[in-house]
Parts: sequence; structure tokens; C-alpha cells
Amino acid sequence: MIYREAGQFKATYSADQALFPIRQDQVGVAILLVIAYIVVPFVGNDYWLGSIFIPFLVLSLAALGLNILTGYAGQLSLGTAGFMAVGAFAAYNFAIRVPAIPLLLNFALSGLCAACVGILFGVPSLRIKGFYLAVATLASQFFIEWLFTRVGWFTNYSTSGVISAPPLSIFGHSLSSVWSRYVLTLAIVTVMALGAKNMVRSSVGRAWMAVRDMDVAAEVIGIRMLRTKLLAFGVSSFYCGVAGALWAFLYLGTVEPQAFDLARSFQILFMIIIGGVGSILGSFLGAAFIVLLPIFINIGSGMFGHAFRADTITQIELILFGGLIIFFLIVEPHGLARLWRIGKEKLRLWPFPY
Amino acid sequence: MQTSKKWFSILCVAVVSGVAAPVATVQAADQFVPVPIYRTGPYAAGGTGIFGGMMDYMHMINERDGGVNGVKLTWEECETEYKVDRGVECYERLKNKPPTGAAMFHPLSTGITYATIERGAADKIPIVSMGYGRADASDGRVFPYTFTMPINYWNQNTAKIKFIGTKVGGMDKLKGLKIANVHHDSAYGKETIPILEAQAKKYGFHVKHYAVAHPGLEQKAIWLQIRQDKPDWIILRGWGVMNPTALKEAARVGFPSNKIVGVWWSGSEEDVRPAGDSAKGYIAAGFHPAGTDFPVIQEIMKHVQNKGKGHVEKDRVGTMYYNRGVLHGIVTVEAIRTAQKKYGNKPLTGEQVQFGLEHLKIDEARIKALGATALMSPIHTDCRDHEGGGMVKFQEWNGQKWVTITDWIKPDFALTRPLIEESAAKYAQEKGIKPRTCK
Repeated sequence: MIYREAGQFKATYSADQALFPIRQDQVGVAILLVIAYIVVPFVGNDYWLGSIFIPFLVLSLAALGLNILTGYAGQLSLGTAGFMAVGAFAAYNFAIRVPAIPLLLNFALSGLCAACVGILFGVPSLRIKGFYLAVATLASQFFIEWLFTRVGWFTNYSTSGVISAPPLSIFGHSLSSVWSRYVLTLAIVTVMALGAKNMVRSSVGRAWMAVRDMDVAAEVIGIRMLRTKLLAFGVSSFYCGVAGALWAFLYLGTVEPQAFDLARSFQILFMIIIGGVGSILGSFLGAAFIVLLPIFINIGSGMFGHAFRADTITQIELILFGGLIIFFLIVEPHGLARLWRIGKEKLRLWPFPY
Repeated sequence: MQTSKKWFSILCVAVVSGVAAPVATVQAADQFVPVPIYRTGPYAAGGTGIFGGMMDYMHMINERDGGVNGVKLTWEECETEYKVDRGVECYERLKNKPPTGAAMFHPLSTGITYATIERGAADKIPIVSMGYGRADASDGRVFPYTFTMPINYWNQNTAKIKFIGTKVGGMDKLKGLKIANVHHDSAYGKETIPILEAQAKKYGFHVKHYAVAHPGLEQKAIWLQIRQDKPDWIILRGWGVMNPTALKEAARVGFPSNKIVGVWWSGSEEDVRPAGDSAKGYIAAGFHPAGTDFPVIQEIMKHVQNKGKGHVEKDRVGTMYYNRGVLHGIVTVEAIRTAQKKYGNKPLTGEQVQFGLEHLKIDEARIKALGATALMSPIHTDCRDHEGGGMVKFQEWNGQKWVTITDWIKPDFALTRPLIEESAAKYAQEKGIKPRTCK
């Protein structure tokens, strides 16, 4: 009953083609945005905004990027962290070498740099598929990490190889408070997430899905492989690059190449597997699961602090986290987003299921 | 679906109550010290050993003295896994714990130090990187809230060159020697490259840097290269599993272990034991020796470990990491004690403890009173110098335990201080910091 769309008549084409055609979804998204923009900044303290929500949003964006490539276009990639690193280091170099560039343009340019690198490393996808492609993208991961560690120019010859963000401001407003950084992150992520949602239902998105489902058939019906696959790599890397820039500038403030190692790539891959491959919502749910759950388990274990030895608790945290991953994958192999979809179906019929 | 709903609700309850719970454990009149430990991951031996020793020392102060001048110490662990983002999360989580917030923050990771230096300065919470972190943070004018006592990497490195100098029969004999710097390819590992270059110029030896990628299990190519280059000495700047791997590889290519000098993060029992016989004769720097024959360690045994209240396994007491942790505890407690002289015997804020850290005066008499004679060298900090003039001892692994083979060796402060100030000034300029003036 709650999700019944009966009675909602679409009188125009634009109404029928809206991003969220069902009224319940529109209201739901609006409420979510109100909570995220208004309630959270006022209720949350610096810890929640700066250490929970900002990393969650940034990694959601990276997961979104990977989801476009893997979930929609079907190209398996293990180079996500590498593309994030390109974004982070590009943002740093733009900021210190051309200080006149405004912050938002800087993020966009770093995204474009990452997109170029992503397209370059996407070229092998025209010849190889599946796990073999994953191994090819692995090369980009190692190469990029090596490049930023070894070539001093990228870190402005910092001996330690650590880059640190210069003081940030946007439209003359200083971003020194956690609150302002949160709102900026949220705004960027909102725009890019809505953009992605729009993109995947456009002709580009449909071409990606056609390639994902069967590339030979897609080619037969006239989809150009070169363009479609490289566009997927480009767009995906753009998202990852912006996420990397946000990670360096708005979250940590300092970044070393090791922050974007293979473990980070895997972490983001796990996010989309658990959240839902081929789902925008899934990127967010997966990021929440992978980023927030270990922290909450760690905080939660504090209350057993006196009952067990501290080292036992730390190991239990890992066991619990691993156990939950297995549990959710057994309950719903298609990810948390699929659980949400099932929930919606049930709510549609509730309270008279048949 | 029924079962998963139930699971969801259990999970929700656990999470919600978990967020609320830890607040209740801190008493109103206690001094809070955060413990951003890493019990998991490749560097867990360091995290558990050092923070284990530190918590044992603080526990001993609580048990034996009833706290620091009556103010009990309290702490809470937060698992960082040695990851920078988790470390920052821990810092943010623990910095405002009641009643007065974090007294100071020991990042125990160079990466986390870099990421918290600016946050600490903004929040007025001292970031204490004891024997790691940024060397140029020793300049207290640019880094008022960062401390590097007892000694930073650069000065340790000059002590190492001095040690090599005495081994080859005088500093003038260093001329023409080939020294290989085998370092962990991270912020930590690269920290000493500029000072080595400066010393190479001063003494006329050749230095070549060999980077080992994290975590350091793959070193074959590097050691083949070293065999071709035939260096006279090797400086090992490893961390965690990289160290035993390096020692084993050195033995494999036939490089004598007594010509390898390690940094203190390459000089724990956990670093050499896995290497077995190849580690025999290997030398490591340290700002403290290992062993349990110090009164302070005995006190900890009596009041904490023998009562089964230890924060680390009993057989690790007296190891390198453990004793370093005790030193962390001593500096923490003495800084709070010094600050109490000015602000009174009550829980202090990070800003007040900063005064204590900046006016530390741990001389030989005080070290004796602490029961730490020969365990640590004197520390005197002031507004300009946040390092305190610590010294270095060298120890050799005899296959069973670490044996101290030198007395305290004084680093070459005259060489490093101008470089530290130069580097700090560059940082200040980049960040738009106006260095404070010190009287």
C-alpha cells in the first residue's frame, strides 16, 4: 500500500521520464536530502560529520564510479584506488602550481585527469574481458602507486612523499570548519549521484548495459565498442578521481600514495559487491557497510571492554565483520540494494500480500 | 526474511547502545589519555607492545601512587589497524572525551602523525611522536603542538653515522665508504634521505637509497642489486615484516649482519627472531635498551603484571617495544605532572598539557627517582626545541637477546638543527603559519 503507484497519472512525457517517477520515491529522496543537508549538520558534532559522514560520502562516490564501470558496463576493474590517487595528486598539483583555480574547478579538472588516465588504461578492455581485464587494470593500480612514490615532481619534491592540502576556500568562504566541508562534500556527491542516476538510464547507460549483458549482441545492433567501453572507463575514473581529490582535500588533509593501495581498490570492489552491482543506491549502502560497520563494531565493543581482554575483542571485531559479510551474501547475493528492492515490493502489497 | 529482520534489529540495538556506552566509563576527576592502538595488521607487534607498555605504566601509576598527584589516569583503546583514515577517526573520536578531552595524542605511526599535526594545532591537543614522525616538527616555533622527544629520525641518523665512524676508526675514515640506505617506501622510510645526503657531503661517503615497497616481503631484486654495488655498511630503515625479510635476504647474498645498522623500528625482538641465525650480530639503534633489570619495570611487574592486570602478555615485558611503551608512559605522566605544577592537581586540557610537554625537565636525578636509570637519556624541552636532546644507544642481537654495546651517543645537533629550522620554515611558508617567537 505504501508503495502503490496507482492513481499517479503521468500526463506529460517529462513526468513519465522523471528521475524518480513514483511520488513515494520523490518524497523519500526529498526527506533524505532534507535530513542530510539540514538535520545532520545541526544534530551531528564534528566527530560525526568529519570522521563518519565525510569518509562515507567520499567512498560512496568512489564506489559509484566503480559501479558505473563494473555494474553497468560490465568491465571488472581493480584500479579504482589508482584512479583516486590520480585525482588526489592532480588536485594537489593544480592547487599549488596554479593557485588561481577555484576549488570546484580544481576538483573537476582532477576528475578529468583521472578520466584521461582511466581511458588510457581502459584500452585493453577492447581486447580482453572478465578476470583477465581485472588483471590488466591491476597493472594500472601498481603503476600509478609506483609513479607517485617514485617521481618527486608529483609531490612537489616532498621528501616524505606526503602531500598536504593548502588552506581551502570556496567563493571567498573559508572551509576551515568541519560543517562547511561536510556540506561541500555532500553537495558534490548529491550532484554526481543524481548525474549518474540520470546517465545510466540514458542512451549511454543503455549502451553500457547492452555491452555488459552481451557485447557481441550489442555490437551487432550497432553499439560502438570502442566509444562505449572507453566512455565507461572515462566516466568511472572521473568519479573516482573526484573522490580521490575529496579524500585528500576535504577529509584527511594529507595523503601519501600508500593511502591508495591495492587494499583500497579491493575495499571499493567489496562495497559494490555487498551493496549491489549495477545500482546507484547499492554504492551508498555498500560504502556504509564497509566503512561504517567496522567503526561501529569498534565503538560497540567498548561496552564489553571490561568483560574480555582487549586483544580478544579486537579479533572478535574482525570475526564479526567477516561473519556479517558472509551472512548478507548468503541472505541476498545480489547485494543490499536488492534487499531494499524486495522490501519495496513487499511494501507495495502490504498489508494484503498475496 | 524473518531471520534477517531479527538480525537487523539485534544489529541496530548493538550499534546504538555501543555508541552510547563508552562515555559512561570515564570518571569526572580523571585525566584522559587516548590509546590509538593497532592490534591487527602487519605492524601489530609494535602496536600491542608499545601501547601495552604505556598502559601498564599508567596502570602502575594509578595502583601505586593513586594517579598523578591524586589525579587518576584513564584511557580508551581505539583500533587504527595502522591505517591513516582509521587513525584520524580515532583521533576525532577520542579528542573530546570527558572530563577535559585528550591530554595528548600518541599517533604511533608516521602517516597518522602527518595527518593529525594540523588537527592537533587547531584543536590545541599535543601530538607526541616519540622517535618517529616529522623530524622538522622539533622546531617548536612552527609546530607548537607537535613533539618529537626524546629524539627525532634525523638526529638518530647522525648518531648512526657517528657509530659507524667509531667502528671504522674515526670520522675521517668515512671518506669514500659506500653506505646503502635500505628503506621502507613510505613517509617514514624516506624521512632520513635529506639528512643522509647532507652527511654524505660533509664526511665524503657515498650513499645510495634502496626503496622497499610496503609491506616489504619482496626484496630479492634489491638485494641482488646491493650485492653488485658492494656497500661497506647498510642502514636498515624497515618496519614490521620488512625487517626479518631484509636480514634473511642479506644472509642469502652473503652480506655480514654486523655491518647492518637498523633504525629503532627495525630493532625489536619481533624483527630479528623470525630471521633466525641470519640476524646474529645485527646492530640496531635505540633510545632505550631492552631488559627487565630496571626498577620501573620491576614496579610494573609488582603492581600490574603479577596481579594479572597487564595489558600485554607477561613474556613480552622487557622487550624493546614494551620498554619503549614504558618510556611513552613516563613522558606522558611527567608532562602531566609538569603541567600540574602550573595549573593545579586536576584533570588538564590538551592546551595545559602542552605547557608540560614544553617544559619537561627529566634530568638524571629525576630519571633515578623514576627508576629508569640507563633506560632513558635526559630530556629537556623548551619553546624552541620540542625534541629535548635525547641520545642513542646501540645494541647487538646475540641470537637470544639484545645486548647494549655502546654508551649514550650524542647526535650531531649542530648539523641537524639548521636543517630542521630550514625545513620547518618552508612548512610554515607553505601553510601560512607565522612562527611564534620564543624568549
